[in-house]
Amino acid sequence: MAATTHDVHDGHGEHHHGPAKGLGRWLFTTNHKDIGTLYLLFSLLMFLIGGSMALIIRAELFQPGLQLVDPHFFNQMTTMHALIMVFGAVMPAFVGLANWMLPMMIGAPDMALPRMNNWSFWILPFAFTMLLSTLFMPGGGPASGWTLYPPLVLQTGDAFPFVILAIHLMGISSIMGAINVIATIFNMRAPGMTLMRMPLFVWTWLITAFLLIAVMPVFAGAVTMLLTDKYFATSFFNPAGGGDPVLFQHIFWFFGHPEVYIMILPAFGVVSQIIPTFARKPLFGYHSMVYATAAIAFLSFIVWGHHMFTVGMPLTAELFFMYATMLIAVPTGVKVFNWVATMWRGAMTFETPMLFSIAFVILFTIGGFSGLMLAIAPADFQYHDTYFVVAHFHYVLVPGAVFSIMAAVYYWLPKWTGHMYNERLSRIHFWLSVIGVNILFFPQHFLGLAGMPRRVPDYALQFTEWNMVSSIGAFIYGISQLLFVYIVIQTIRAGDKATDQVWEGARGLEWTVPSPAPYHTFDTPPKISATNAHG
Amino acid sequence: MTHSDKTRANRRLVPKLFLFSIAMFGFGYLLVPLYDVICDITGFNGRTTSLAVATEGNANGVDTSRTVTVEFVSSLNSGAPWEFRPTVTRMQVHPGEFYEISYVATNLTDQDMVGQAVPSVAPSLAAVHFQKIECFCFDRQDFAPGESKDMPVMFRVDPRLADHVSVVTLSYTFFKLDPSS
Amino acid sequence: MLYTRCLVRFTAIFTSGLLLLWSMAAVAESGWLQLNMPRGVTSVSREVYDLHMLILWICVAIGVVVFGVMFYSMYFHRKSRGVEPAKFHESTKVEVVWTLIPLFILVGMAIPATKTLIKMEDIGDTEMTVKITGYQWRWHYEYLGKDIGFFSSMSTPREQVYNLAEKNPDYILEVDNPLVLPVDTRIRLLTTAADVIHSWWVPELGWKRDAIPGFINDNWTLIEEPGIYRGVCAELCGRDHAYMPIVLHAVSKEEFAEWVQQQQQPSTALSAAD
Ligand SMILES: [Cu+2]
Ligand SMILES: [Cu+2]
Repeated sequence: MAATTHDVHDGHGEHHHGPAKGLGRWLFTTNHKDIGTLYLLFSLLMFLIGGSMALIIRAELFQPGLQLVDPHFFNQMTTMHALIMVFGAVMPAFVGLANWMLPMMIGAPDMALPRMNNWSFWILPFAFTMLLSTLFMPGGGPASGWTLYPPLVLQTGDAFPFVILAIHLMGISSIMGAINVIATIFNMRAPGMTLMRMPLFVWTWLITAFLLIAVMPVFAGAVTMLLTDKYFATSFFNPAGGGDPVLFQHIFWFFGHPEVYIMILPAFGVVSQIIPTFARKPLFGYHSMVYATAAIAFLSFIVWGHHMFTVGMPLTAELFFMYATMLIAVPTGVKVFNWVATMWRGAMTFETPMLFSIAFVILFTIGGFSGLMLAIAPADFQYHDTYFVVAHFHYVLVPGAVFSIMAAVYYWLPKWTGHMYNERLSRIHFWLSVIGVNILFFPQHFLGLAGMPRRVPDYALQFTEWNMVSSIGAFIYGISQLLFVYIVIQTIRAGDKATDQVWEGARGLEWTVPSPAPYHTFDTPPKISATNAHG
Repeated sequence: MTHSDKTRANRRLVPKLFLFSIAMFGFGYLLVPLYDVICDITGFNGRTTSLAVATEGNANGVDTSRTVTVEFVSSLNSGAPWEFRPTVTRMQVHPGEFYEISYVATNLTDQDMVGQAVPSVAPSLAAVHFQKIECFCFDRQDFAPGESKDMPVMFRVDPRLADHVSVVTLSYTFFKLDPSS
Repeated sequence: MLYTRCLVRFTAIFTSGLLLLWSMAAVAESGWLQLNMPRGVTSVSREVYDLHMLILWICVAIGVVVFGVMFYSMYFHRKSRGVEPAKFHESTKVEVVWTLIPLFILVGMAIPATKTLIKMEDIGDTEMTVKITGYQWRWHYEYLGKDIGFFSSMSTPREQVYNLAEKNPDYILEVDNPLVLPVDTRIRLLTTAADVIHSWWVPELGWKRDAIPGFINDNWTLIEEPGIYRGVCAELCGRDHAYMPIVLHAVSKEEFAEWVQQQQQPSTALSAAD
């Protein structure tokens, strides 16, 4: 193994330079750490923009009646909020984490395709500038919800082709990112790093990347059909020409359900790294965690119909989608039980990454419970398109995906910057977030069950009280994220020197390199044996 | 693996992955005909088969012991300037026997108009058992200014229609077509 | 220390209890108690409600067990208590058990769910049919074979929406022409739309169904109690999606027959034809 390391240098002198100076470093960088940083900062910016839109929504919903915005603008806000949070905040954040951590976790010097890595990032700012600019076009931005159902979406004004183009760009970016991840994991692992020795974050990302290249193109196809339906007289979704608007929903959710798992599988990976560290005990059931992730990914392709129970499917189709969806609870349950078993009889400490991870396990599970309820087709005829659904997917995505990203940032920030973050402030951030998020989303279960539909700027009087509570929670949660921005900036600029090990119980290759991680790591592949495997 | 090994491995793997994602783009389009086939077989979306069945396809015989209620309804898509109604709203039929009814459409404008009727059957599973040998929905319909047309439908209900279905609704929605298309 | 903590806790509970009692009356009239799905007025809606409660309580029970174990572990297996971490990290037996138990629970849920679903999808012999058409942004109701058809639009004045006038108790849940249906009658409801997709939903009936342009969906209901039931459009359909409510008057069969006659008189029929 040691002999192979000499070959690393052929024709690649640039590997041993430090970063370039100035703006050029960021524009032309092919370094996985730089690109990871860019992704993470971009995602933070989008999180704040998408979050501001959410606050506009919650401010309007603070009271019944129309106070602040016009209903059409409100619909643009719900649509944009979703598109930005899904494609601009959550997905790029995980790609950023992958860029930073995957090479370090498998002992590779960089991603497999560094130049493509640069492109896939730099597409994003253009895509989102275009998407956001549609808000200022005649007729406003997209207002049909992020699900873009025709015929409603075809009523979009001048913005329509720009929205579709922006979606194509995001899709291309994430497909390139995913291909890079797969190539890195398949071809760049250090000697001895067998697949079944990879840390779980690497495993979940590998499966996520396959989901991405499988479904992002399908989504691209669906929106292209919308485009040709509107401008080139095709009739994929137009009944007058033999099309069917429901067909779009089938194609969309064939993409859409795996997309949900694209946003949650890496989160499972993050939490599976953090809980063993702070429980000082190896992850329980590594193998079943891998298999459960694969099972969830497989099932995600055959459950899309659960988003469409109310369109009027035949009984057999409804039963099939109901049973398949319920089945997802089994591998998901295995994951939750394994995390709890990892904590069991450990020696736990509760630093901020652990706090966010524990909150993840509990609150994600609550989101899973409401998901199971939604899977029950006859009950879904009541839940569908109400605030109960809004509560459900926000529990999965905010204290789910977003909390795991927060946990990951606190967990690896000392390795990235060489500084410890401020533990006291970060705990305040945690508690404000966890309290805010529950005040924000828990009452939405009540609202939905009591009959409040989603995507409305106004509501009947009996929903006033819980909407007020929810809006207050939104502002607590929203504003406390500014504290997170402050903590991150503070950690980058100053803070106690972090050790290389950082966390007492941490295992894995990333902790064997200095803090901050040097610009180039593992130019010489490390040796992996059974004892230092499984991160 | 050495560095050049890795480059070679990437050169093998990456094009495959790109091809796979391009294929998946194609798969998105493949879902369209696939959906149509599934719908035609199962009546999934309530669309009746648009092909005329052969007239002599009476092989199953007429089941006079059973009567099924057929309802006829009409809808206009917004922006379709017609008056559009069935001449009969409800009739009792024996499965296997052919019946003829008609819909009347009147162009309410003083311009030439082209319309297309889109059929739909409820319950959707009855769609495959609702057979039409003649229908104005098979073609687009041209209207002179103010023209009124009596448009026939000849249909039968297949005796294989599930026993628990006692009412079948045949609905037509009239859409305005762009005359140039 | 312990004593003061107890005292603080007691006073907190006591005062909040008092506050609760004091605010009971106010609460009863407000939306604070609007927490759950209505049981509704059809056998289907009650089955759906029972199913919903069943799954909810199963989830709560699982949650209590899982989170209970978790919190126990977080309290007793802390480093600050000086424990040594255990070394185990696998147990096929345990993992098989917690794969199988959820599977059994799911089967237990699927059985009643399947029964209810079959019942909901079985239209059966119906006595009358109403065709419901969604428009941006109002509903049209057509009573098949009765020559009755009319639009139903929100009647709440716009001043109330823009907070220029005090809001009615049924703010944005009131219409000019309600849908009138007889009780104790198996009714077929067809849904379709004229422009974009809408969704017709009266929670008290236990279901919603999409109204899709060019396609027709069928549903059935059998209302058991006379009353006024309100609903909304549930599928985003554009600007005034929040403002296309549904009002359903369920009346006795005799009253319904009377209403039908009234509607069929030429003068009213003309004005309702719209
Ligand atoms: Cu889904
Ligand atoms: Cu609507």
